[in-house]
Amino acid sequence: MKSLEELKAIRERMQGQLGMREEGEDQTRVVVGMATCGIAAGARPVLNKFAELVQERGIKNTIVTQTGCIGICRFEPIVEIYEPGKPKVTYVHMDAEKAEEVVTRHLQGGQVVKEYVIPATISVPSK
Amino acid sequence: MMPEISLNVLDVAENSTRAEASLVIISVEADTASDELTIVIKDDGCGMTPEMVANVTDPFFTTRKTRRVGLGVPFFKLAAEMSGGRFSIESEVGVGTCVTAVFGLTNVDRMPLGDMTSTMHSLITMHEDTDFLYTYRYDSDSFTLDTREFREVLGGVPFSEPEVSQYIREYLRENEAEVTKGRLI
Repeated sequence: MKSLEELKAIRERMQGQLGMREEGEDQTRVVVGMATCGIAAGARPVLNKFAELVQERGIKNTIVTQTGCIGICRFEPIVEIYEPGKPKVTYVHMDAEKAEEVVTRHLQGGQVVKEYVIPATISVPSK
Repeated sequence: MMPEISLNVLDVAENSTRAEASLVIISVEADTASDELTIVIKDDGCGMTPEMVANVTDPFFTTRKTRRVGLGVPFFKLAAEMSGGRFSIESEVGVGTCVTAVFGLTNVDRMPLGDMTSTMHSLITMHEDTDFLYTYRYDSDSFTLDTREFREVLGGVPFSEPEVSQYIREYLRENEAEVTKGRLI
């Protein structure tokens, strides 16, 4: 069994360093759609991968968060990236592997991963 | 349909956080004597009116404005019932909601429980303002995670802090392994 003692040790190490990561307007937000549609399509491993890598690689000023249904369920799992002063980027049909690529190329490299962005023209089924 | 029960739990527990619950109690209990796997998600959120409770298992009922279907609760109910189990929701405005799904433990039509560690980890780290009391039981073996206890020890260090987040994941994984002792649910 893991003990609460370990947690105490973490707190002692962490205290002093708190307040270094404040939410601000210069923050990048990675938002994963986690409604029924997103979860059923595989959003949980995508969210976990983003959260894990942003922590692991110590990517600054970036928070990973979740939202409900974005409204285009057939494109789930969907990830939106909001960077200050830039237009929103919407990635669609994501999985954990693509998430890693987006972290490396977009969040760290500063380049939008065009292959995974929602297509500019989409066919709408006729009624 | 969801491929595993733990995803239904994640989905339905999200409703509790959206109902502004301050405490969400989740239990997963496998009982070989009664051959049942019982999942309970209970919150102290805003609750629902009797009309809403009556409609909530209808896929064409939703509180959402972005589309006209709501499949979360119907999926959970269907998954339980197709394994020979049962499903119920009790709710009261201003008091909270309790969802119970009972599955036939050894029924061939029961989907696997799946990755409860990831479900609980996502819920806890993504909802810093909500407390979770989680119990996982297999017959007489069990463990509990209470975020209020964690919070007290942490004294302001957030769950999203990498080391804390990692601790929570390991706490869930290691304790679950000790309870299940390799018995797959």
